[in-house]
Amino acid sequence: MSKVRIPPVLRAQAEGNKQVEIDGSTVGDVVHGLVQRFPGLGDQLLGTDGSLNRFVNVYLNDQDIRYLQELGTPVAAADTVVILPAMAGGA
Amino acid sequence: MPKTFNELMREARATVREVWPDEAARLLAEGATLVDVREQDEWEQGHIPGAIHLARSYIEQEIEAAVPDRNARLLLYCAGGVRSLLAARELHEMGYASPASIAGGFQLWKSQGRPWTQPTVLTLEQKRRYSRHLLIPEVGAEGQAKLLGSRVLFIGAGGLGSSAMLYLAAAGVGTIGIVDFDVVDLSNLQRQVVHTTDRVGQKKTASAAESIRALNPGVEVITYDEMLAEDNVARIIEGYDVILDGTDTFETRYTLNDAAVRAGIPVVHASVFRFEGQLTVFRPFAGPCYRCLYPAAPPPELAPGCSVAGVLGVVPGTLGMLQATEALKLLLGVGDPLVGRLLIYDALDMSFQELKLRRDPHCPACGDGAGTAADVQGAETTAQPLTLQAPAARPLTAQPLTAQPPSTRPLGETR
Repeated sequence: MSKVRIPPVLRAQAEGNKQVEIDGSTVGDVVHGLVQRFPGLGDQLLGTDGSLNRFVNVYLNDQDIRYLQELGTPVAAADTVVILPAMAGGA
Repeated sequence: MPKTFNELMREARATVREVWPDEAARLLAEGATLVDVREQDEWEQGHIPGAIHLARSYIEQEIEAAVPDRNARLLLYCAGGVRSLLAARELHEMGYASPASIAGGFQLWKSQGRPWTQPTVLTLEQKRRYSRHLLIPEVGAEGQAKLLGSRVLFIGAGGLGSSAMLYLAAAGVGTIGIVDFDVVDLSNLQRQVVHTTDRVGQKKTASAAESIRALNPGVEVITYDEMLAEDNVARIIEGYDVILDGTDTFETRYTLNDAAVRAGIPVVHASVFRFEGQLTVFRPFAGPCYRCLYPAAPPPELAPGCSVAGVLGVVPGTLGMLQATEALKLLLGVGDPLVGRLLIYDALDMSFQELKLRRDPHCPACGDGAGTAADVQGAETTAQPLTLQAPAARPLTAQPLTAQPPSTRPLGETR
């Protein structure tokens, strides 16, 4: 089970959860597992072809998965997956 | 037994080596530590570049803090070579290995046409106003003079800009530019502390300028009462040393990013949402830019601004002050700026998390194919001081930047 941190902008679609635990051996497994559990997140995270939307960054611990093996990046139980969509608010 | 002045000098010469300016210049090039032992008013009229100033009357008290290493190669000078010779002898007695004195002193050095510099002299009022800065070795009079000569541009006089511009004005940043087309609304005042209740309805630029002048009349404020857009961005940002991005729309953020990359100006970026904030420094070609981080903007419904989603008033204040901190570090050339690192702040947890960012070699704005500026800039370093003159606009050889993100809101809105 990897920890997944859900950003504030997506929490409404994730039943208000800030962090959840999702099973999976790759980042892709975890992201798809997350969408399976909270279908409302699907549009925000994934494009029609199942790839990550370009305005969403996913980090394994503190590393951007674009510079690892993207959704194929292996995850271990102790890892934290951080989902981070762009935000623009200047308040 | 009483000694004459000549005897004292003779004794000093027996233990201290005197060097002529040409040898002094060579020792400096080899890394010797240069100490000017003259009085404050002499120092202010000009000194040898790179010297530290420890007046003869305080040198025994201050040398250990300034030069802790007893084996450091010390080179002392005064106006003519007498005071530095006697001071060097004192340092020798304190155990400094080989203090030398420049024969002929600053007068001979200067008369030989060797380089010297005149420090910016702070006025009495400035010395009092910035006294807490002057006490910090990393700032000091030299750093304060840098701040007084520096120019910082704020995109947006909203929640992020409010706290940041007040603190940078207080810190003595010489010129503050403010871009905002909006007027002060009552709903802004829950967090936009640069504005006041009696200025509701006034232009935000005018309101912010009034607050800054009240806090520090020494700051020059330049206002741009317009939306930042493709057709004015290059003109507005030209000549600024650092830009603080506090806008509310993706479109403005991309417009600013592309122009700042072209102009080689670092952008201190922040954004907030309810209880959370993000902060990073985009220093062109030394780290990623905004497009490297987010190649595309989300559709508006997935990225509501603060006017839709709300924000805890203090959160933009916190992030704004962090922006101001990074701006000061860049201007002073101290510390490790937040380049290539994204800081996530969560007020509810009171936690900070750091994520690593990378420059995307395929980035349309700053990637390897985007222009020649990368070669010019070339720096992977993090703590180099800024040049206080912005570099000239660089040629852009790549295709024009495309893929403007969708936006349903006006540019530059900061409400």
